[in-house]
Amino acid sequence: MTDSPATRAAQATPVGVARKIKGLSDRAIAWIFVGPTIFLLLAINIFPLIWTINLSFTDFRANRLNREVEYIGLRNYERILTDSDIWLNMQATAHFLFWTIFFQVLIGFALAYLINKKFKGNDLWTTIIVLPMMLSPAVVGNFWKFLYQPQIGLFNYVVSFITGKDPSSFEMLGSVQLAPWSIVIVDTWMWTPFVMLICLAGLRSIPDYIYEAAEVDRASKLRQFFTITIPMVLPFLMLAVLFRGIENFKMFDLVVQLTGGGPGSTTELTSINLKREAFEKWRTGYASAYAIILFVTVFGLASIYVKALNKVKER
Amino acid sequence: MSSFSVTEPSKRSKWFAGTLVILYALITMVPLAWIMLTGFKSPADAISYPPKVLFEPTLEGYVNLFTTRTRQTDEFLAANPPQTWYDRIVREYDMVIAGPSKFGERFLNSVIIGFGSTFLSIFLGTLAAYAFSRFKIPLADDLLFFILSTRMMPPIAVAIPIFLMYRQLGLSDTHLGMILLYTGVNISLAVWLLKGFIDEIPLEYEEAALIDGYTRFQAFYKVVLPQAATGIASTAIFCLIFAWNEYAFAVLLTSGTAQTAPPFIPTIIGVGGLDWPAVAAGATIFLLPVMIFTILLRKHLLRGITFGAVRK
Amino acid sequence: MKHLKLASASAISIAAASFANTAQAEDLTLCWAAWDPANALVELSKEFESQSGHSMSFEFIPWPNFADRMLNELNSGGKLCDLLIGDSQWIGGGAENGHYVKLNDFFDAEGISMSDFADATVYAYSTWPKGTPNYYALPAMGDANGWFYRKDWFGREDIQAAYKEATGQELREPQSQKEMLQIAQFFQGREIDGQTVYGAAIFTERGSEGITMGVTSALYPWGFKYENTPGSYDMDGAVNSPEAVEALEFYKEFYETATPPGYTNSYMGESLDAFKSGQVAMAMNWFAFFPGLYADPNTGGDKIDFFVNPPQNNAGSTLGGQGISVVAYSDKQDAALEYIKWFANPDVQAKWWELGGYSAHNSVLNDPGFKDSAPFAGDFLEAMGSVQDFWQEPAYAELLLAMQKRLHDYIVADQGTAQEALDKLVEDWTEVFEDEGKL
Repeated sequence: MTDSPATRAAQATPVGVARKIKGLSDRAIAWIFVGPTIFLLLAINIFPLIWTINLSFTDFRANRLNREVEYIGLRNYERILTDSDIWLNMQATAHFLFWTIFFQVLIGFALAYLINKKFKGNDLWTTIIVLPMMLSPAVVGNFWKFLYQPQIGLFNYVVSFITGKDPSSFEMLGSVQLAPWSIVIVDTWMWTPFVMLICLAGLRSIPDYIYEAAEVDRASKLRQFFTITIPMVLPFLMLAVLFRGIENFKMFDLVVQLTGGGPGSTTELTSINLKREAFEKWRTGYASAYAIILFVTVFGLASIYVKALNKVKER
Repeated sequence: MSSFSVTEPSKRSKWFAGTLVILYALITMVPLAWIMLTGFKSPADAISYPPKVLFEPTLEGYVNLFTTRTRQTDEFLAANPPQTWYDRIVREYDMVIAGPSKFGERFLNSVIIGFGSTFLSIFLGTLAAYAFSRFKIPLADDLLFFILSTRMMPPIAVAIPIFLMYRQLGLSDTHLGMILLYTGVNISLAVWLLKGFIDEIPLEYEEAALIDGYTRFQAFYKVVLPQAATGIASTAIFCLIFAWNEYAFAVLLTSGTAQTAPPFIPTIIGVGGLDWPAVAAGATIFLLPVMIFTILLRKHLLRGITFGAVRK
Repeated sequence: MKHLKLASASAISIAAASFANTAQAEDLTLCWAAWDPANALVELSKEFESQSGHSMSFEFIPWPNFADRMLNELNSGGKLCDLLIGDSQWIGGGAENGHYVKLNDFFDAEGISMSDFADATVYAYSTWPKGTPNYYALPAMGDANGWFYRKDWFGREDIQAAYKEATGQELREPQSQKEMLQIAQFFQGREIDGQTVYGAAIFTERGSEGITMGVTSALYPWGFKYENTPGSYDMDGAVNSPEAVEALEFYKEFYETATPPGYTNSYMGESLDAFKSGQVAMAMNWFAFFPGLYADPNTGGDKIDFFVNPPQNNAGSTLGGQGISVVAYSDKQDAALEYIKWFANPDVQAKWWELGGYSAHNSVLNDPGFKDSAPFAGDFLEAMGSVQDFWQEPAYAELLLAMQKRLHDYIVADQGTAQEALDKLVEDWTEVFEDEGKL
């Protein structure tokens, strides 16, 4: 970072010039410019985080103000980590994470590969494909619930049209077997374009001369694909997976609207479970510990992943 | 480059790729098209089996979206013939319009909170990004990384202390509270993206301005700001879209006064159960601006959604 | 133009009223669930507006979000609602956490007597601790979970004959839970007028309180008790008693063999939809909807009739209904109290019933004409005679969420046995009460 613009600016501003500037010194301007942002971040992000950590060691309940708050040490953490129901939520989250990323990478990469063939009008179609991911997950998720209605829903109708099954014979959102897949489908529909865009950037970053050289060496197209395309796109793809992983670990709005965690607790992702603990049961201390556990989990996994990503980039 | 270039795909593979991509695009548009169509259906058409593609369009969904209606006695209905086209639509169900619904208010809340937080994020974000880009700030990199990492927290987790804090400060269910919250969440993205844009502006311009006797501040707003205008605009749209679409905070921290449209739309109910045409009408009105912005934004899309990690 | 005239007319009456009233005119906001009775209350409240000079705003929230939104609002100390018609189970939390204004002094000063209201409703909607003369609400809307059926189908000779052939019994309003299941199973999948129909729509909703309200409608007639000794929080052996297990198994069998496909997450709205669209022969729902159902142009009138939740080992209905409370965080408590005073007036209560609200006032209920004033009025009185409510503890939300989970896991997601579900529920509840320091 020695060549950052900041360093350059500092070096570039001659001492004489700096002294000539009327009024505030650079340092003062810097702090005036950064100050409000830092303050806001402290107030909205940092302070609440510290507060949450503090609360996680208590039995505080936000709906019971006239009840004495006690520090109970690690009891909340212990309870969460030994609760078998929470492990089921974690499993549901893992299932959701794995399959959404799997499908999004598969379809997203394929789409990017096809779009990179630069057929006529590919810009227009790319923009159209991108639309779903920019929309409000809650509003769209709510409407997908309508598409999934047994009997009257468009989704069931299309499936029955293709497979000949009776459209009222299966319920995407209501059945234990299908509900986890119903949320995977919607998330894939929404977020495949994200992976696609990043892959596309990766594909476009591969200079033509590499392929030309391979062609001179008489490498087959398939070989070129595996020895050039895939390795060159991999860092981009891994970045896409990182973003999707973090986002889907936090997943709340879409699934709340679709299944609300049901049937039973089949699709109760950790965020939904956390919401129940924090804002329906009002076990604030317990939920704070839960939140910290989730935060540490994402942060930890993401850090390990970023290390791996950097290794791939170095190659 | 000649058409014999080895990297230029053949006509056939272009055609093949084009067909597949267009097919995917069309399939992916079906749910969105279905939302828009449903908005123009009558409730009966909306839930008919098999699903109707051709139907007689009606504005009933939109009328229901914007009004509240009450059932009236036959005498009252006979004595008060309907005056307007929307009166007549409602009258088919022996109802009269009792007043406006809450949708207008909630939509307005979305606008106020969305634009308010975007303005604040951009205002503060541009200043901070400039400072991060041009001045030596101790621990700048760590600070920026930490700012970003707070977005890894599930919103529900953030909402717990915010809820308690806002209760103390009286900011629950207020526009100001939501604007500050969304700004706090957005500003990490804004600073990060804007820093990227400002980094790209050559230092030489400013240096020249400084030597010409401009103050730092003058150099900032007379030289840097105009250069960064496109970047600022696209960052603004990202902030706006985030605030516009946000659901988790809105559902937990607002109840009426400052409630935005996303938590409201899924609760639009008609006579027994959800009023799907009205829900679809609300969704259409709500989603269209974002679609338009997305098209305007397409060049900077990648940069925004990846926190500047991928620039095209 | 008509609107304009109406507006100016009401403006004049408001102006006139405010001369008479020395108090400042306020804009009061009343929060309730979005359902039929709420619209009736808007109509009723117009009279209050013209009399008092205050204006009324309403915030009606759909049932699935109602508890969530309102408890959140109360817990955040919000000022959105001046008056709240809150669910019966919230009273413990409302009282202990200081969300609701205690009304005893106000009742005494204004001469409002709780003995003017039906005992069961005062007990359930107003008092905390339960049954003590500490009032935090005025009974606003009596309610219980009841049933309605297609009277036209039950009356058809071909259907009656088919039922007799299938079961050897007469087709009639069910007199027991098991008879009701038998009838529902008889209708399940039957062709009527060329359409496939189903037995009954029951509550299975997961998100708020739906499946609990449905299952308790089976549990109570089987003699379900929350505690071995009232007030002891001693639940093992009561909550998971053999009768409770049998009732829960019964509800699951009902769900699996006699409900329309896709009703895996259904509550009030879905039940109404199923019935109004002619899909089901019977449906459970709150009495609150019965006036609307009776008035329905397609399935109402002489096509519908109503019955009380049938007994099994004993009579028992799940209590619904709400009291009206003044929110402690409101800046307009005086005006809000004025509203309650007005609402408690017997004339207003009579009009309330007329418009479709279930008054709990004795002058309405004991009126000799009450039973015949609507086809469901008699059933309502009968149901209110044997109602039971869920926990009303301050920790009610936790207790409810635990039950929702255990029931939905067992009934809809088909996991484990009824015995296991109830055993786990006892564990969950014990943990809650231990946290509360009550065990």
